Amino acid sequence: MTGLLVLVGVALFVAVVAWRRSRTDGRVAQRSGTAPAGGAAAVGVLDGTPWAGALGDRATLVQFSSAFCAPCRATRVVLADVAAEADGVVHLEIDAEQHLDVVRALKVLRTPTTLVLDRDGVERGRATGAPSRDQVKHSLSLIK
Amino acid sequence: MSTPSVAGIDPRGPRFTAAVTSAVLAAVLLLAPRPAAVVLLAVQTGLFAWGAALGVQRTPLAWLFRTVVRPRLDGPAVLEHPTPPRFAQVVGLAFAVVGLVGFSIGADALGFVAVGMALAAALLNAVTGFCLGCEMYLLALRLRRRHPPAVASAQTPATATSTTGDPAEHVQTTVS
Repeated sequence: MTGLLVLVGVALFVAVVAWRRSRTDGRVAQRSGTAPAGGAAAVGVLDGTPWAGALGDRATLVQFSSAFCAPCRATRVVLADVAAEADGVVHLEIDAEQHLDVVRALKVLRTPTTLVLDRDGVERGRATGAPSRDQVKHSLSLIK
Repeated sequence: MSTPSVAGIDPRGPRFTAAVTSAVLAAVLLLAPRPAAVVLLAVQTGLFAWGAALGVQRTPLAWLFRTVVRPRLDGPAVLEHPTPPRFAQVVGLAFAVVGLVGFSIGADALGFVAVGMALAAALLNAVTGFCLGCEMYLLALRLRRRHPPAVASAQTPATATSTTGDPAEHVQTTVS
């Protein structure tokens, strides 16, 4: 009897997680790129990291990966392709396990997580899970 | 052609394994705490250990997938690295061992919780392809190394090199 209850509970949990995931996985959530008040220079999310000078002229696709991450591979192919097709767009891949300080500072909880940065390094979009090619292109099209 | 072990494995193989694992663990829950459940859980624990030790592509269930299931499917769209699903077997093994100990010493509540968690991970993997153990890995790392001792990190050349490493080596230049 206890086993049946546990079984039903687990099935419900899995159904809810699977449903949520199908709605959010790989979706790029946009953030408004408001300029900082008082005309101050924008603060890039990679400032102070080894990648501060590696930003693209127009945009940067930052991918957080780890060894035990199956969808990271597919994400790498999509982001590298999109970056190769678009002018001024760079794809950076950061090993989350080796750079936990950056992972914590940017509140990355899962791999793959993709950040879409504008030319100043300001975060304009974020996707957890493998994003689709169209999602990434659409997110880039919103950045001038 | 059999699954190449170096280039990658058919991702549907681990999902097939997860589906069978889910069925076995569901049966364990329904039979527990009877001896039959403990025997079944012991068998599943052995399968987890096999996958954890040799890789998911070298288990009896992987052989079954290759010889019976895969010939009936189209070729895989992408190949997957065998490390993540192997890590998932390690996580499954940990839960299964706790469950086995629980039912063996009469701590049935512990057994039900552990097997229930293993079932949740396996079922999620079978249904969505999502690897719960793999995601927990990064979260565990984040918690564990929140306050690294300064001395220990200074003594580790690998850590120092990676944090101050040339960013160019992380730039993805290959397009495949």
